[in-house]
Amino acid sequence: MEFLFFLVRRILWSLLVLVGLSMVIFTIARGVPGDPARLALGPRASQEQVQALQDKLGLNKPMVEQYGLFVAGLARGDLGYSLLTERPVNHDIRDTFAATFELVLFTITLAFLFGMPMGVAAAYWKDRWPDNVVRLVALFSAVAPAFFLALLLQILAGYVLHVLPTTGRLPHGMDFTASITGLLTIDSLLLGRPDVFVQAVRHLLLPSLALSSATLGQIALTTRSSMIDVSSQDYIEASRAFGVPERVQIFKYMLRPSFVPPMTILGLAFASLIGSAFVVELVFSWPGMAAYGVRAIMQKDLNAVMGVVMVSGVFFVAVNLAIDVMLGVVDPRVRVRGAR
Amino acid sequence: MSEALLSVRDLCVDFTTYGRPLSVLKNVSLDVAAQSQVALVGETGSGKTVTTKAIMGILRQPPATITAGRILYDGRDLLTMPKKERLALRGTAMAMVFQDPVRSLNPVFSIGDQMRTILKYADRRLGRRRTRTQRMDRVLEVLGQVRMREPERVARSYPVMLSGGMCQRVLIAMSLLSEPRLLIADEPGTALDVTTQAQILKLLKKLVQEQHLALLMITHNLGVVRETSNYVYVMHKGKVVEQGRTAELFAEPKEDYTRQLIAAVPRLTGGMTFGTSEAAR
Amino acid sequence: MTDATSVSQPRRLSNADQNWYRFTRNPTALIGAGIVILCILAAIFAPFITPYPEHVGAVVDFRSRHLPPSADYWFGTDNVGRDIFSRTIFGMRISLLLAVVVLGIAVPVGTILGLVAGYFGGWVDIIIMRITDIALAIPALVMALAVAAVLSPDLINAMLAIAGLWWTWHARLIYAITRQLRSQEFVEAAETLGAGKMHILFREILPNCVSALAVKTSLDCGFVIIVGASLSFLGLGIQPPTPDLGTMVASGSDFLPDYWWESVLPGCAILFVALGFILLGDGLRDLFDVEEIR
Repeated sequence: MEFLFFLVRRILWSLLVLVGLSMVIFTIARGVPGDPARLALGPRASQEQVQALQDKLGLNKPMVEQYGLFVAGLARGDLGYSLLTERPVNHDIRDTFAATFELVLFTITLAFLFGMPMGVAAAYWKDRWPDNVVRLVALFSAVAPAFFLALLLQILAGYVLHVLPTTGRLPHGMDFTASITGLLTIDSLLLGRPDVFVQAVRHLLLPSLALSSATLGQIALTTRSSMIDVSSQDYIEASRAFGVPERVQIFKYMLRPSFVPPMTILGLAFASLIGSAFVVELVFSWPGMAAYGVRAIMQKDLNAVMGVVMVSGVFFVAVNLAIDVMLGVVDPRVRVRGAR
Repeated sequence: MSEALLSVRDLCVDFTTYGRPLSVLKNVSLDVAAQSQVALVGETGSGKTVTTKAIMGILRQPPATITAGRILYDGRDLLTMPKKERLALRGTAMAMVFQDPVRSLNPVFSIGDQMRTILKYADRRLGRRRTRTQRMDRVLEVLGQVRMREPERVARSYPVMLSGGMCQRVLIAMSLLSEPRLLIADEPGTALDVTTQAQILKLLKKLVQEQHLALLMITHNLGVVRETSNYVYVMHKGKVVEQGRTAELFAEPKEDYTRQLIAAVPRLTGGMTFGTSEAAR
Repeated sequence: MTDATSVSQPRRLSNADQNWYRFTRNPTALIGAGIVILCILAAIFAPFITPYPEHVGAVVDFRSRHLPPSADYWFGTDNVGRDIFSRTIFGMRISLLLAVVVLGIAVPVGTILGLVAGYFGGWVDIIIMRITDIALAIPALVMALAVAAVLSPDLINAMLAIAGLWWTWHARLIYAITRQLRSQEFVEAAETLGAGKMHILFREILPNCVSALAVKTSLDCGFVIIVGASLSFLGLGIQPPTPDLGTMVASGSDFLPDYWWESVLPGCAILFVALGFILLGDGLRDLFDVEEIR
């Protein structure tokens, strides 16, 4: 009951953020000096062509009506037509989003798989050498620009060691369509194609390693400091006094309450993760949203740009909602506070 | 001396802060006989809590260092005995009730879960065997002993759902799980309101009598001393400055410091409201 | 401190002494401060310390193109024969300028809005903080790209776009602190004594935010530099031939892996500057013992 209340609150809240987001995007797209149609067609297009495009995009209608149409479209999942591909933007994005989603999902998994244990180890050996090593590595990975790491990894693993593929999601000529979820790793298993699975993971490794670096560093550092914070709490001292073994204290009593800050950080920093994904995708020729988005931006394809920004925002909101629900399950304090 | 259940002898503890050692306990000695009620009083920072933490073996080292002294439990020195045996005593033979009940319970596990975990490892150290359901039964039994009306519901609850007074009872219940002989209570109820605090003290007194426990009560409140103990140690700046039977000490304090303490107690109310609650460390 | 080893007579250390003690025991802060100072000095005095300051412009010397790092050319030369080391030092100017401009806007705006929202509460609070929630959902890099798409792709627009999102982080930080301080005795005392709202905001509350702000700003310098470099890597940097680290990495990457120094070494420079600020921020956080800041 209490949990349901919490859930409803979070969902309403997410919707509100999305409405705000749509306003921001609309303002940027329509509030700029110059005519979007003219911008898209270039200075050499004829007045009739511009006029036709204006009519098609509904640019002659009043602003409020335009916004209304934009939101109505959003609600139906309609993002308008791309001027570049002449296809509905939502189709373009749907095709590319799966690739981005898979990359981001794999990245987060990597970041937690390595970041959490690093943080726990650093907290356990606070101020001793494992702590210093972890902190140094974490700081380095937190600051290393994703595009630079991507290049380095490409040189190292692709050109020097020749161990991993450096472009795309699958090798050339491998025939496979991810028709169920769009995620190669999952669909290949569902359809009984382990060879595809292996290739998909091999292709995922380098880009997600480059992308996970910043998140991994932050997760390690936050886990470390929240473990240290929790370790000085009265309840840990009490559990020591009650004779609970250290192993149980660390992996049960400390780890679970320490889970909240890294998850929160992941949620807050998720937008910058999407931003970095754009660059990493370009370096690794990953057929994701970024390649589409950047091309749209360079070609002044306004609907596509709006669509990409909006989808990034929706992705952010959805991930944060998922995180909040997860935290609500893990930590009763979040539930009680969230439902107030 | 040898009949004392707990006997602290010339305990010295240093703390290292900003690279410099600072002496916080200077030759502290005290005795607690079996089934006796002893109080340790002193102002904030006088070294009471450090003393109890050293006894329980939960002093963080570093920054603390025990430089000298012995802590004898049942005639055996806790400071020199093997780590494993020391651990076996903690939470079983001697247990501690903490001053801030809400902060002393892990917020993300249910009360029942936490109590079962404590019992499970206490049993393991003592070589006792109990099934899951037997452990749960014991948890509910102890919750009943601390006068919880609905033990099952409390066991299912998380600390945020309970009041401060209930958390304090839970904490007392936790310390009773393995039938200890010595109970150390560090300012119990100070973080609570006065009425609840009085109830907690009454409960504690009753439990000590029912279960034949020895009690070491840490407090800065002389009213509490008068109600719960028959022997008092007064600490000041890391030293025991005075000791004696409660009644005698109140009637004829020898040290200036003790006299000041007593003078600060509002007589009619029994001193329940004396002072501000000690800042949680 | 002659009695430093005396146990019997402990004397309280002054705050400054405590801070100094911790600062000198904190290698991260020291190294970070060193790197930051080094980079700033190098950027300021770039024309005097670089071996080939004229290579900043459109110099072409095909005889010395693609030369590997050597005593003459520490970082090697690029595809038109320019000294990469000189260009890297000059490129740091752009990175630092970007950080200064973005944070020069974001920090004051965010601080003031955070103070106002936290102190006054009510609808001001709701509006400002809801805006920050929305801003969180937009990646700074994507926003800068989008703004560049509708306006013109230059660095100024990108900077403004980043600043337009970045203030929200500072607003959230200051808001959280202000909310905590608002109900504390010294603020209530000032209110009771009839202090004006301006006085309370800027003389009572703001000074208590300074250490957290310093930590956050230092960390953010690093992050803004990275976002800026990512933008110029994507082709939204300052126009050539003016050197820009991200652009150098991008153009050098065409010649990978044979002429690796052309992209790797400028990339290392970005890492170096950003790391300096992050280390400094991290060290300051330990020093001031402020709550966890991203």
